[in-house]
Amino acid sequence: MNMCQAINEALSIAMNNDDKALIFGEDVAFGGVFRCTLDLRSKFGPDRVFDTPLCEQGIVGFANGVAAHGHSPIAEIQFADYIFPAYDQIVNETAKIRYRSGGIFDVGNLTIRSPCSHVGHGALYHSQSVEAHFSHTPGLKIVVPRSAAQAKGLLLSSISDQNPVLFFEPKILYRSSVEQVPDVEYKIPLSKAEIIKPGKDITVIGYGPQIYVLENAIQLIERDLPGASCELIDLRTILPWDIDTVVNSVNKTGRVVISHEASITSGFGAEISSTITERCFDFLQSPVKRICGTDIPFPLVFEKFHVPDIARCYEGIKFCLEY
Amino acid sequence: MPPVISKLQFLSFRERIPMYRAMDLNGEIIDEVNIPAFPKEKVQEIYKNMLTVNIMDQILYETQRQGRISFYMTSFGEEATIGTALALDKGDIVYSQYREVIVFLERGFSVEQMMHQCFSNVADFGKGRQMPIHYGSKDLGLMTISSPLTTQVPQAAGTAYALKREGKGKCVLCFFGEGAASEGDFHAGLNFAAERGCPVIFYCRNNGYAISTPSTSQYKGDGIASRGEGYGIKTVRVDGNDVWAVYMATKMAREYAVENNQPVLIEAMTYRVSNHSTSDDSTSYRSNKEVEDWTKRDNPVARLRRYMESNDMWSNELEADAIKLIRKRVLDALTAADKMKKPKIDEMYSDVYDHLPKNLEEQREETRKLISKYPDYYKINEFES
Repeated sequence: MNMCQAINEALSIAMNNDDKALIFGEDVAFGGVFRCTLDLRSKFGPDRVFDTPLCEQGIVGFANGVAAHGHSPIAEIQFADYIFPAYDQIVNETAKIRYRSGGIFDVGNLTIRSPCSHVGHGALYHSQSVEAHFSHTPGLKIVVPRSAAQAKGLLLSSISDQNPVLFFEPKILYRSSVEQVPDVEYKIPLSKAEIIKPGKDITVIGYGPQIYVLENAIQLIERDLPGASCELIDLRTILPWDIDTVVNSVNKTGRVVISHEASITSGFGAEISSTITERCFDFLQSPVKRICGTDIPFPLVFEKFHVPDIARCYEGIKFCLEY
Repeated sequence: MPPVISKLQFLSFRERIPMYRAMDLNGEIIDEVNIPAFPKEKVQEIYKNMLTVNIMDQILYETQRQGRISFYMTSFGEEATIGTALALDKGDIVYSQYREVIVFLERGFSVEQMMHQCFSNVADFGKGRQMPIHYGSKDLGLMTISSPLTTQVPQAAGTAYALKREGKGKCVLCFFGEGAASEGDFHAGLNFAAERGCPVIFYCRNNGYAISTPSTSQYKGDGIASRGEGYGIKTVRVDGNDVWAVYMATKMAREYAVENNQPVLIEAMTYRVSNHSTSDDSTSYRSNKEVEDWTKRDNPVARLRRYMESNDMWSNELEADAIKLIRKRVLDALTAADKMKKPKIDEMYSDVYDHLPKNLEEQREETRKLISKYPDYYKINEFES
């Protein structure tokens, strides 16, 4: 099963579990431009799975209103690049409704799904990784899955979580991530990182599709530097993030590389890096290294020089190990 | 497909949308079909609520001037907005902008509760987190007010859609000013509500000013009402200083919205007698004379009073008694609210999420340590312990 199908299954389970769950956004009724909502309209009816006018601030504003009345909107923004018209609704409204009302109103049932990250030829507006823009906003949760099975479990957790969740789906994995996905309902906890590969010499942290780049780079490092052992951590939840797992790992290894596709300056890597510096200072044996997108808009023809590819990750890990 | 023409021409301007009025400036009912069916006691109560808001506004405005509360916004000149609340059912939900305090009062949000909110004390439902006048009550169906303009408009459409799915015949009433109607969320909300068929009444208070910006700098069309038709929304313009016109229009809108699961747009023409807020001196962009002329010529409170007097419902004696009682209630509530402590300092961290995440637990601990080290500096005695 690929990630699209896993997401489709998760949505189907959520709609079955809760009569008040609604799916809406641009072009979701016929199955979605990435086919994630395929057949859901015929299963659950046109009043529960429907297209909206083409207006992102409207989609999130409408969703806030649905959720404030205790129903469960699962809204879709067609590309993460186009979430910015809804930035005000998300940052000033979604994130703050519970707090500002003293807890009498909330939009905890809201989930916003959106395809994110590079796809090979998406250029400026079909490639962005926008998580850091939202990670500066208390009240939100932000999740990025790396595979089909993970997407299903994390999406079901996001939908049932009693806080608003931004669920960013790496679109390059929609069809390329194919794996066994249990056909039952299961959940993967939020705010919990996963140690994919234990190691002792260096901690390597990433999330989403960057995990595969890091896996490959680590394989090459361990081949070229005999005895080197890398610990790979998938963060999974960007906000609130799993500080303990990261800090425990770095205190053990003494070295760390953080990698994400989004631009380096004020990217989420900066947050991880400064937390590590504060909490692991006595154990660090090399500088905290960030390997990220460059500080340019996401370009078309130069994509492979912009993204943190295997070569850059290899170089960065090697630099820390040999420091 | 539209009808086809062979003569090339721009759409011609049509006549201005007329304004519905039930009661003239002297409080006389213009046409017998417009007589509101309220008993004398209810009419007196409506009028007393107008007086209450006026008196509370005067007192809290002064309280802000003395620095005892941080901010305030009055509703002078827009008291007839109470007519909307009279037309609602229990179970209908109201989204406000911030100058609709009279609707809160009519729906049962007490003067005492307003004082608690303005003084940010321990009895404030909002736990002292928002600026004064950002009221809210779940039990009364009054969504908590937020400062960002117009964000409530698409939200109202979403809540109305949820109400429609529940099938209990309830609707949403959503307020905004004519300035707010220039925001993108106005477009989003009206279009979504029409397309999805949502039982929501969009109520625009067109009071002529958005802070210093006159409505002539806000739009070039025929006000806000002219936009309704473009979205396929039933629309009516009313005299916003005429409480009976506001009531009748909202009543008709409510019936239509609930029966047809469709939105309605009401544009209420009024005048903002108030300064925009306590942070604004409106004489720097409009003359005192303009304000005085408006107040003399047409004021919703005076108009209802004339109606009551000509129908033997009110007198100078009743007026004097009512003012005395209301002043006492407001001052008592103010004194009580002022004496109460602020909420527990720990409350600054709750309700960000449903549960406290670990980073907030750590930060709460840091705050606790700091205030125990420097209790005088942080004046912790002002807060509930």
